Amino acid sequence: MADVKLNNIKKSYGNVNILHGIDLDIKHGEFVVLVGSSGCGKSTLLRLIAGLDEISDGQLQIGGELVNDLPPAKRGVAMVFQSYALYPHMNVKKNMSYGLKIAGKDQAFISEKVEQAAKTLHIDHLLQRLPRELSGGQRQRVAIGRAIVRDPKVFLFDEPLSNLDAALRVQTRVEIGKLHQKLGATIIYVTHDQTEAMTLGDKIVVMNEGRVEQCGTPLELYQHPRTQFVGGFIGSPKMNFIAGKVHSIEADHLVLRLSTGAITKAFVDVAGCNLDDDVTFGIRPEHLSEESDKAERLSASVSLVEQLGEASYLYLSLSDGTEMVMRTSGESTTTIGETIEVSFDAQNVHVFNADGLALKRHRAGNTKSPAELARLKAIA
Amino acid sequence: MNFALPMKHNRGKALVTHAVLLTYTLIALFPIFVVIVNSFKSRKAIFNDPLALPTTETFSLVGFEEVLLRSEFDVFFSNSLIVSVSSIFFVLLFGAMMAWALTEYSFKGNLLIGMLVAMGIMIPIRLGTVSILELMSSLHLVNTLWALIFVYIAQGLPLAVYILSEFIKQVPKELKEAARCDGVSEIKIFFTIILPLIRPAMATVAVFTMIPIWNDLWFPLILAPSDGNQTITLGVQQFVGQYVTDWNSVLASLTLAIVPVLILYMIFSRQLIRGLTSGAVK
Repeated sequence: MADVKLNNIKKSYGNVNILHGIDLDIKHGEFVVLVGSSGCGKSTLLRLIAGLDEISDGQLQIGGELVNDLPPAKRGVAMVFQSYALYPHMNVKKNMSYGLKIAGKDQAFISEKVEQAAKTLHIDHLLQRLPRELSGGQRQRVAIGRAIVRDPKVFLFDEPLSNLDAALRVQTRVEIGKLHQKLGATIIYVTHDQTEAMTLGDKIVVMNEGRVEQCGTPLELYQHPRTQFVGGFIGSPKMNFIAGKVHSIEADHLVLRLSTGAITKAFVDVAGCNLDDDVTFGIRPEHLSEESDKAERLSASVSLVEQLGEASYLYLSLSDGTEMVMRTSGESTTTIGETIEVSFDAQNVHVFNADGLALKRHRAGNTKSPAELARLKAIA
Repeated sequence: MNFALPMKHNRGKALVTHAVLLTYTLIALFPIFVVIVNSFKSRKAIFNDPLALPTTETFSLVGFEEVLLRSEFDVFFSNSLIVSVSSIFFVLLFGAMMAWALTEYSFKGNLLIGMLVAMGIMIPIRLGTVSILELMSSLHLVNTLWALIFVYIAQGLPLAVYILSEFIKQVPKELKEAARCDGVSEIKIFFTIILPLIRPAMATVAVFTMIPIWNDLWFPLILAPSDGNQTITLGVQQFVGQYVTDWNSVLASLTLAIVPVLILYMIFSRQLIRGLTSGAVK
């Protein structure tokens, strides 16, 4: 078993604190994605787990063993770098076998391991090539292969797809997902791409300015963001935010007065709310509709239309100048300059208080509990 | 339609560049050409027309005969070779180690050592000749090849460290980290990852180190002038007399002395080109 436990992990360079005490509990076999904008400390955290940087304070346990002071190779981790970091002067086979050779394994064992990994990754025909003779995708596989042969307890991926072109990125993403199913290993994966995070992760850790903003399953994060930051970070295009005030408080919902003057309902936990509190109203682009079939309404003028084929994104401008995006049908005929009526359901509204914390939503979607997820996984 | 203009401009520029370089090459090669041509001529012919090519009448190998048969040319030659090759070897080895240590690790005194190395580039080693001679005589190394090798290592190190540091800095950080994840020890990272990657820089350093050592007359004259320890530059001096100079022998031995430098240079320069075209680090 290779559980990874982070207990109040801190990192500072001189007087600058990069990580302010990270607590994480990663179970054996989990695919955990660390996500956040650049500079949030996610790569630093991964490097601390790998042992490439020194932990300033806190405890790191891998498989129940305190590894703070162990060198990378002794921690039982293998890292896949963004730049692949293949040894340029060694062929693929040597690249993959070098770690085992250093560890003093015998030749037959090494050959078998390398061949097995090469087959899994479909690179067995490339073993004699040098890295410079490979395409980006192939190099990425070799880098993953180099990690696999060592049978690590934990795989660490540092933005492994960001050097690949869009089509290859999707393909490799799927393959990494499949590989995780096959190996059943613990994986910690850093990315700034929230699509990668949503599709790959069993658990997503959203980081912001050296702190864990929220940690949960992809759907939990999407449907119940704990803070405004997470609400804006997860989902693409990002959630629309409009400033507002609490207009009245009912038993199971709030009535908000937005900065445009519009009045709208929101099904959220009203405990602790006072009249006239400053709040931020949030609604996702995909929950806005051009039809007038939903109860709540906003009026806006269209400033730009992006047609993607299967859908169109309308960039809207509200009466007070607030910008919004909505996702609508690809067959929409709305054009720039039109003023349209946008409708939405009150149960899809997110509300964040003045501290940026979300008010709990009552009627939100189909969040599956961890127990439910485990059950589904067992069926699969 | 506008494409022709910049092309023409570039061409003119290239032409000027090549003309300048060609002129420089001719000027630099001319003395060598004169030495080689005259080494194949009889003594009379050298003085009659120094610039003429050897003809059937003036062709003579008397200089080479003199050098190869009646002097200890083989001893001079092997001394020079031993001194140059061992100096280059140690300069490259220690230079690369030092450059790796100074760039990769932060330790107390790192900056100080770096500054001493920089000073070594600026201050010519010959200023210390007297102390070096004293040191060598107390170590009983005078009149040994070791004296020369030690001095040349000291002479070559600063520039080697300086150049190699720059190249080592360019080796991507991830490569070293990947190796550390693979459990490769620091010393192995240096020998199996860093050294192969900075080979072109090593070739550059080797060329820069080799030529002044091979051509040096100063230290062989002071530190190892005795018979049996003379290098080729010093050995040639025996043909240069106060009243008569045996030009045939001088020119012949100089011609022969060019050969090993040329060979070493060809080896290293091929490395240089190979290194430049194969930088496959993403």
